[in-house]
Amino acid sequence: MSHSKQTSTANWTILFLCWLLVAVSTSISLFFSYVMEFAPCVLCWYQRICLFPLVIILAAGLFPIDKSVVKYALPLAVAGWLTALYHNLLYSGIIPESIQPCSRGVSCTEKYIDLFGFLTIPMLSLLAFSTVIILLLIFNKRMST
Amino acid sequence: MKYVLMAVASLALIFGFLFASNYYKEQQAEKLSFLAKDNISTFIRDHSPTLGSEEAKVYIVEFMDPACETCAAFAPFIKQMMNANPGKIKLVLRYAPLHDGAEGFVRILEAARMQGKYWETLDIMFRTQPAWASHHNYQPEKLWQFLPQVGLDIERIKKDMNDPAIIKIVNRDIADSQILQVTKTPGYFVNGKPLQVFGYQQLKELVQSELAIQYPK
Repeated sequence: MSHSKQTSTANWTILFLCWLLVAVSTSISLFFSYVMEFAPCVLCWYQRICLFPLVIILAAGLFPIDKSVVKYALPLAVAGWLTALYHNLLYSGIIPESIQPCSRGVSCTEKYIDLFGFLTIPMLSLLAFSTVIILLLIFNKRMST
Repeated sequence: MKYVLMAVASLALIFGFLFASNYYKEQQAEKLSFLAKDNISTFIRDHSPTLGSEEAKVYIVEFMDPACETCAAFAPFIKQMMNANPGKIKLVLRYAPLHDGAEGFVRILEAARMQGKYWETLDIMFRTQPAWASHHNYQPEKLWQFLPQVGLDIERIKKDMNDPAIIKIVNRDIADSQILQVTKTPGYFVNGKPLQVFGYQQLKELVQSELAIQYPK
């Protein structure tokens, strides 16, 4: 009995950490755009579209704990992850950016921050989505057994 | 227990965000005021048009663009502040044509200065703006019809606006606006202090605080 209670607390904690990660990521994203006034490019917006709802969906799945939250959160996380992957390939120049007319928008390859030589904004996004996916998969596996 | 944890985490995030924002803004303000002390010419160049008394101790440096709607909206407000404090405020205009095509209007304005009609031209450009710059849809050909009202020679403007001296002024201002991190127009600095939160009231308060420092009662 106490063993299963421990397990359920551990499961809850995994999902909570997942929520905490997306909440922190959302705050950082908002900090970049509203405080540091970096204009988000189109690809950043697509990733934000996947990231922001996760804060609410995961929070809803925590009270009470609901294993089906994975069904709703995972597709968003995967879509965000794919966009982030594409963004990183574009950013690092592996995929060439097609020539575009000048516009008021922001180039998706413009570098804003570069911490420790590799931690750029698209890289932060890719790392966050990867961790969310891993945590959701672990949570799913533990809840299914 | 779980609810408490969630609430604590949410509050920590919100306060962390607010704290970090304040810290970042203070850092930026310090950096810019340091720049102001060290390099006053980044704020005011010899070529910059100014309005107000030479004796004034409060300088409002405005990075603007004649096609910017908010700049037009602020113009009467600034005049009002200057009239309310005669001789104490000096307005310095700098250019930050941030949108495509906006630079052409800056050059038209500078060409009008060559005919000695700078402030009149700026005034009419601001007033007729909806006709030629509505929602960033710039139509310079629609501006020409208004300019003769202030007695400008349009043919001369069309020739003068491509003068290398004017292009140099505009490029200098754009370079300075980038150093001072002006990303939106109008961008205000009052005696070197940036307007942190944009708004009429906030600008008024910043000017009032500088007036109180420079002209103690």
